Amino acid sequence: MWLMYLKVFLVGGFICMLGQILIIKTNITSARILVLFVVIGALLEAFGLYEPIVTFAGAGATVPITGFGRSLAKGAIQAVKEKGILGIFTGGLTATAGGIAAAVIFAYIFALIFSSKTKKF
Amino acid sequence: MDVKERNKKYNEYVDAKVPKTKNFPTLIYAYLVGGVICMIGQGIQDILLALFPSLTLEDAGAWMLIILIFFASLLTGLGWYDRIGVFAGAGSIVPITGFSNSIASPAIEFKKEGIIFGLCVKMFSIAGPVIVNGVAISVLVGIVYLFL
Repeated sequence: MWLMYLKVFLVGGFICMLGQILIIKTNITSARILVLFVVIGALLEAFGLYEPIVTFAGAGATVPITGFGRSLAKGAIQAVKEKGILGIFTGGLTATAGGIAAAVIFAYIFALIFSSKTKKF
Repeated sequence: MDVKERNKKYNEYVDAKVPKTKNFPTLIYAYLVGGVICMIGQGIQDILLALFPSLTLEDAGAWMLIILIFFASLLTGLGWYDRIGVFAGAGSIVPITGFSNSIASPAIEFKKEGIIFGLCVKMFSIAGPVIVNGVAISVLVGIVYLFL
């Protein structure tokens, strides 16, 4: 039980640290990090390399944005197996629909409720 | 002064002025914050599985992400998430909460420019590229698997 949480922390933290190394080395913007990590996650899943990490670290692998890429690829693969060509188009977004819809609707609601604070840098 | 020389001088000037994040501690903060967010996710998932035994692991995972996204949007609205981001760097960007923050933050920021052309358009200024490239890669993976 607690060993699992240690694994979650170590793997999840490590993936985030990779992003921080990229920021330090290349001054990469957050949008590029997100895009890059989603693509990497999808490619790893397609090659069957991401699933073992999920089995090993649970949320440590599904919470980072690479897990979003993994869902896209996993959904596409499953849908292609079930529906053929149609699955190419429906698979990815169907698998990630929950996350995208939640992010959009909560952002919409909270943006209507809250106003921006003045940023101090 | 020709253009190349001027560009070179300008780039040197920019390099000198841009704030450096070349601090080793930021790596540790990113690791700690990212790791803790993942542990919170695992905790939510385990609680859901304990409360609802009929839930599959996959559905519990989906619920867990939705709950994390909810709280990230709320914290963004309250202005707290950006404070975490100041010292956590990628530790607050890479988890799914960072994706949620990247949607909620510009939505709140640009509300003053109108609901449609401010809030709704700017909402996707960062998430747009992520979804576009994500869909592209999933279609690519689907095509490759069709022919395997």
